[in-house]
Amino acid sequence: MIPAAFDYKVAESAEQAISLLGEYGDDAKLLAGGHSLIPMMKFRLATPLVLIDVARISDLSYIRQGDGHLAIGAMTKHCELETSDIVAQQAPMLGHVASLVGDPSVRHRGTLGGTLAHSDPASDLPAAVLALGGTIVAQGPNGSRQIAANEFFTGYFESVLAADEIITEIQIPTGTAGWNYQKFNRRAQDWAIVGVGVADGGKGISLVNMGSTPLRATAAEEAVASGASAADAAALAAQGLTPPEDNNADAAYRTHLATVLTRRALEAAGVA
Amino acid sequence: MDVSMNVNGQSQSHDVEPRTLLVHHIRENVGLTGTNIGCDTSSCGACTVHIDGQSVKSCTVLAVQAADSDITTIEGLAATAQSDGSATGEQNWHPMQEAFQQCHALQCGYCTPGMVMAATSFLKENPNPTEAEVREGLEGNLCRCTGYHNIVKAVLSAAGGA
Repeated sequence: MIPAAFDYKVAESAEQAISLLGEYGDDAKLLAGGHSLIPMMKFRLATPLVLIDVARISDLSYIRQGDGHLAIGAMTKHCELETSDIVAQQAPMLGHVASLVGDPSVRHRGTLGGTLAHSDPASDLPAAVLALGGTIVAQGPNGSRQIAANEFFTGYFESVLAADEIITEIQIPTGTAGWNYQKFNRRAQDWAIVGVGVADGGKGISLVNMGSTPLRATAAEEAVASGASAADAAALAAQGLTPPEDNNADAAYRTHLATVLTRRALEAAGVA
Repeated sequence: MDVSMNVNGQSQSHDVEPRTLLVHHIRENVGLTGTNIGCDTSSCGACTVHIDGQSVKSCTVLAVQAADSDITTIEGLAATAQSDGSATGEQNWHPMQEAFQQCHALQCGYCTPGMVMAATSFLKENPNPTEAEVREGLEGNLCRCTGYHNIVKAVLSAAGGA
């Protein structure tokens, strides 16, 4: 399978990427690791006329200690998160979840900024960033803005990113408490049928593949905050949600999985 | 557009369409057919090669993305071992190739080039793995003949652990 024809441009800097986005508008897509976009292009589910390769912007590949957070360049690869000592110390949940994405060859290419921009509700890392209360820094022609992960995702493969914006950095709060990530799938290297991320002792609970975006389980979070047991809080994990149905699971099965996995994750994160 | 890369130590320049996949470029333009195409959907790992020493699925990388990189395919693996002095056996192969032969880690052989390339990249990152880590490390490579038992044995043997 070969993608439909497109023009290929290399951006050497975020500014150049933004200017190319301005030039080509909706015809263009940014290309990072390509491990979500290229398969979609091969299936002709995506047919951009111009690809702007941002993976060569070395300025956007870094992991640094910020003020109360870890600052991660958007082009940082999953394998780099997985093996980084500073991530293991300061945001261990993020490194662990990175190690569960796809398989090692996929993780050699995929980037944190790329997976967030792709906004797949079945992906692991967007849900981890959401549970951790991360912030996404996006740059456009008029400068940078910070977007709370809570407000970033708007629908299937959609986010609040404007057509001429590029994610430059992801900020993950450090010094948070117990965490756990539960990924349920049937085949190695597959997406989660349902996943649950618990961060900061249950202050952040996120759900994978339970709707059109990565979701916060707000009712369960509120229950934890008011002292409910893991089991009682977990029972509320899927409250009000309409999970997708596919070959792997119907809505009732996903709803059940979400409660079971939330209980397990809360217990493992230290919520009694 | 003109794309140059180093493949198995040789500089290669070709005029390629941007949509050309790296695996097609390697097989059809460079002329090295040891890298197989299996699923074509980044699931099976038959097309695994190294870009700058790291395993990738070359059906999910555009040739233009690999411009100016060092590519190693199964055909060039033995030479990397010969240059760093780790080549072994009568054939002077890479230790992983020797281990696959010694452990009979293949049946039809279709997945083998990708398995060997994924396994060598894995051992670089984890030189002394447990059996469970080997199985996790090869989760992106499928064998449909007979299972993974001898493949895992070969990787452990190449790591010096069996």
